[in-house]
Amino acid sequence: MHYDAIIIGASMSGLAAGIRLAYFDKRVLILERHYAYGGLNSYYRQDGHEFDVGLHAVTNFCDPNDRSAPLSKLLRQLRLTREDFDLRPQSYSQIKFPGIALNFSNDFALLEEQVARQFPKSADNFRKFVEDLREFNDTDLSKPYASARKTLQDRLDDPLLIEMLLCPIMYYGSAEPHDMDFTQFVTMFKSLFLEGFGRPPEGVRKIIKALVKKYRAVGGQIKMKSGVAKINIDADRMRGVTLDTGETLTADNIFSSAGYVETMALCGDKAKQPPPEETGAVSFVESIAVLDTKPKELGHDATIVFFNNAKTFTYAPPKELVDLTSGVVCSPNNYQDHDRLPNGIFRVTWLASPSAWSKLSESAYKDATAQCNEHVLKTLNSYIPSGTERLVCTDMFTPRTIERYTGHRNGAVYGSPTKRRDGCTPIKNLYICGTDQGFLGIVGAMLSGITVANLHVLSKA
Amino acid sequence: MGDLNVKKVILEIISIVAPDADLSDVKTDVRLRDQLEMDSMDFLDIVMELRKRYKIEVPKEDYQMLASLDSCVEYLAPKFAALSPA
Repeated sequence: MHYDAIIIGASMSGLAAGIRLAYFDKRVLILERHYAYGGLNSYYRQDGHEFDVGLHAVTNFCDPNDRSAPLSKLLRQLRLTREDFDLRPQSYSQIKFPGIALNFSNDFALLEEQVARQFPKSADNFRKFVEDLREFNDTDLSKPYASARKTLQDRLDDPLLIEMLLCPIMYYGSAEPHDMDFTQFVTMFKSLFLEGFGRPPEGVRKIIKALVKKYRAVGGQIKMKSGVAKINIDADRMRGVTLDTGETLTADNIFSSAGYVETMALCGDKAKQPPPEETGAVSFVESIAVLDTKPKELGHDATIVFFNNAKTFTYAPPKELVDLTSGVVCSPNNYQDHDRLPNGIFRVTWLASPSAWSKLSESAYKDATAQCNEHVLKTLNSYIPSGTERLVCTDMFTPRTIERYTGHRNGAVYGSPTKRRDGCTPIKNLYICGTDQGFLGIVGAMLSGITVANLHVLSKA
Repeated sequence: MGDLNVKKVILEIISIVAPDADLSDVKTDVRLRDQLEMDSMDFLDIVMELRKRYKIEVPKEDYQMLASLDSCVEYLAPKFAALSPA
């Protein structure tokens, strides 16, 4: 069978690319190895409870009248409406370091006021810096790498303020330990602080289902449980794919959301393989406590808390299994209009060491996950003292779970530290989309699929 | 197809490409980009919709001809006329 485009992965970026191409009458096939949609942002049901993987917050929450905001653009491009995603705004969130906290919400004035109060000497510099960020063109695909940490040191003089700003931004998108690209920092700063957080009451499934429905409605085809064993190359041209079943398919273009390193590996020895340092190493564990009441009823009303309990903030894969000194606490009930959620949810995410997790035997793995569940209860206890009495169950995922379900090596949810913004690979007609393009967050994932479809197929015809 | 109809077709396409745009008072001689906050992605979509719906091709070097409603009509009327000889 021949297609105009084959898309590897029924991920948000893959589905978005698929919608664009199929809407404009291209013959498109999405191949997904797994039985669930979504890729790095997915969902599952366990013991009668609904869980999200990935999504804490849809960043880029914006006013419907802001037509130039990324979320508005992507809805237009996908011919979807705001109702299709059903996003409800956060209450407020917090960056919490020893002895100091900065609150922020979808109204940027709150963060500005908090910075002015906690860091009076830096208030002016911060205001000027933010004005420059607003004007910074972070969508320019050709901007060279610049260290965000260094740029921040040049612009803001207080090291603590710099660490507090980096903490949520790194946690929500940096594939690089200790630092990140300044352009990516700006994209994230805008999406987290200048825009904000939203979530559909149904969770990420609402968004994924809307994408799948649209993709099918415009004539796109999907094969689930259909893994790609090999991308077939002829000289420097892609010809098609061979599936795990041995079936071969040909295509004019391939868009792969499998990750850059993973995609090149599918091409085999004929393609130049990237060096090992291009494989992502930043991954996380997340433990989830389900409560029989809402966190708000027990006095915890923040939507997300980014915490660091150590003297210095370190964003890097730890030597041990999990680094408990910093992390993210997410309480989805604390978005507005989320009263219909049947249970209280308290999720804690920590940095994890993919290599340490991968070495564990099955029994040691079981012990390690049990320990993480102990940690989530301790954290729950420190935020909500009576929380553990209201516990229904716990669940968790590790770098191993992420690798098993998404194929991303090391369970590196933000992919390779080397980003390819235009999606190009050394092989003609083979493109990547998704996290390795460096467009961050859920809105970024969808925009990445849209941009590669536009750039490499639709604007060429 | 007459000029009025070409204008109607373009406005219809804009309402598909940018359903959140207010089309109640579009000035025909002002750049669409300026009055409707449309970006390059939206313009690509106008071109793509013309191809999808009417099989009309607009090459990249002619995108500028779609700047305002007036210039759209001027540029597209002959193309529409060529489609329907009646």
